[in-house]
Amino acid sequence: MSRRLASVLALFALVMLTGARDPILVPEVSQHEVNLQQGFTGTELLLFGALLTPEGSRAAQDYDIVVVLKGPTRSIVLREKQKIAGIWINAASTELRSAPAYYAIASTRPISEIVDDKTAAIYELGLKWLQLSPIGAINPEEQARFAAGLVDLNRRHGLYREDEGGVKVSEQVLYQARIGLPSSVPTGAYTAETFAISNGRVVASASSQVEVRKQGVELAIAHFSDDYGFAYGLLAVVVSVGMGWLAGRLFALV
Amino acid sequence: MDVYLPIANLSVNGLIIVGLGAITGILSGIFGVGGGFLTTPLMIFYGIPPTVAAASAASQVTGASVSGVFAHSRRGGVDYQMGSVMVAGGILGTGIGAILFNLLEQLGQIDTVINILYVLLLGSIGSLMAKESIQAIRAERSGVPIAARKRRHHPMVASLPMRWRFYRSGLYISPLAPLLLGMGTGILTMLMGIGGGFILVPAMLYILGMSANVVVGTSLWQILFTTMATTMMHALTTHAIDIVLASMLLLGSVTGAQIGAQFSQKANPVKLRLLLATIVLLVAARMALGLGYRPDEIYSVAPL
Repeated sequence: MSRRLASVLALFALVMLTGARDPILVPEVSQHEVNLQQGFTGTELLLFGALLTPEGSRAAQDYDIVVVLKGPTRSIVLREKQKIAGIWINAASTELRSAPAYYAIASTRPISEIVDDKTAAIYELGLKWLQLSPIGAINPEEQARFAAGLVDLNRRHGLYREDEGGVKVSEQVLYQARIGLPSSVPTGAYTAETFAISNGRVVASASSQVEVRKQGVELAIAHFSDDYGFAYGLLAVVVSVGMGWLAGRLFALV
Repeated sequence: MDVYLPIANLSVNGLIIVGLGAITGILSGIFGVGGGFLTTPLMIFYGIPPTVAAASAASQVTGASVSGVFAHSRRGGVDYQMGSVMVAGGILGTGIGAILFNLLEQLGQIDTVINILYVLLLGSIGSLMAKESIQAIRAERSGVPIAARKRRHHPMVASLPMRWRFYRSGLYISPLAPLLLGMGTGILTMLMGIGGGFILVPAMLYILGMSANVVVGTSLWQILFTTMATTMMHALTTHAIDIVLASMLLLGSVTGAQIGAQFSQKANPVKLRLLLATIVLLVAARMALGLGYRPDEIYSVAPL
């Protein structure tokens, strides 16, 4: 009886202790809406915030900060070209159920120094650990090759980013990271997650939403094209014939 | 000048796109080709998604051929009867092209097929044109004119059933021949975003055997309506026409076409043909490089 009580007390004390030590994370994103419209050439989001002890004092000295900005996940077919009979053609493919359309990670130090592989995999910290959920049986080696191919492709297009050392901590309280979005950024709901990590353990995390969407005329055009294909096609025909005819008339005057 | 393209989903330098349109416009003014064979690959090299590039290039070709059709019809250079048969074939072809496009996309081989088509068509037509123009230049220098090729249609055309009289073309042949020709170019327009003028003109001359004074006008007539049909087909099936992109291309190309038309009256036509042949062969070579040496990207993503 007393032994059980002692163990319960010990557990309670542990919870209290660790609970007391866990810092408070107050994250913010510079903008919660990214509007794709004329003049948009890509943008930079500022993910910033403060890390405090429950008592409200500075806490950041003992922690590493990792921020992740993740776009909507999609089901995709990833195809691989191979040289067959002297011609490069799509010869192999894999289906992935949850490939993020965008993924950026920034951290105070290289991820491998902050957490072990298991934790990194659980929290999807780093491009290496993206959970792409391949459909059907596929051998791990082949899957790793496809994953590396996808990461490389999206990296070069600015859709996957990794910035080790991209998080700056000032005065041991405030942290900030800049994350770039290219002009080809896909629309959808993005999540910005912030993790405070100490001794290889995630001690606090918080997330907020960023909405990337088309706006104004651009939104109207996209809807028009998708919903009223026939009228949109007619408009395109009228514009092209009209411009060709007008140019002919104008130059006839010259 | 940065312009955001709402369908292609990226931002481009508007001046580059207008310039691209102008270059192809000048070409179309000089040579009477739509210039789609150049616009589509250049847009893809620039980073515009291939489907959007092909779909938007079709409307650029429409714009570039409008004033040509007007000019030729005023001179009586359009065989409307022949042209209409070809347009009917062209519309049929865009439908077939749309089905093929869908099928190949599902198989994941659309880009390879488009590349192979480019290499084969541009390579063969380009070398033919180069050969002819070099012969012509030699003949000009030596003063011995090449014997004019006798105008006659291909024996296979003669074997087709049901003959019609096409007065302006000076032909008594089966309408199936121009219908099939129109259909072939319609398929190509849908798949490759080209008007097909550089295939149509030699085919009308050497396969159908049409009289030369209506060939260019009639091919422009067919291209005008087939690219319109292609635009409609893309609008209904792929939803990939970026009207902002198309407008910028048009702005450049309709202006360029007028400049090119003025220039073509002064320049030596034989040398112009050699120049066009060189451009066509360069595009074919660039495509062949991606096919045989190393593609731009090993991996590609498509929605499931």
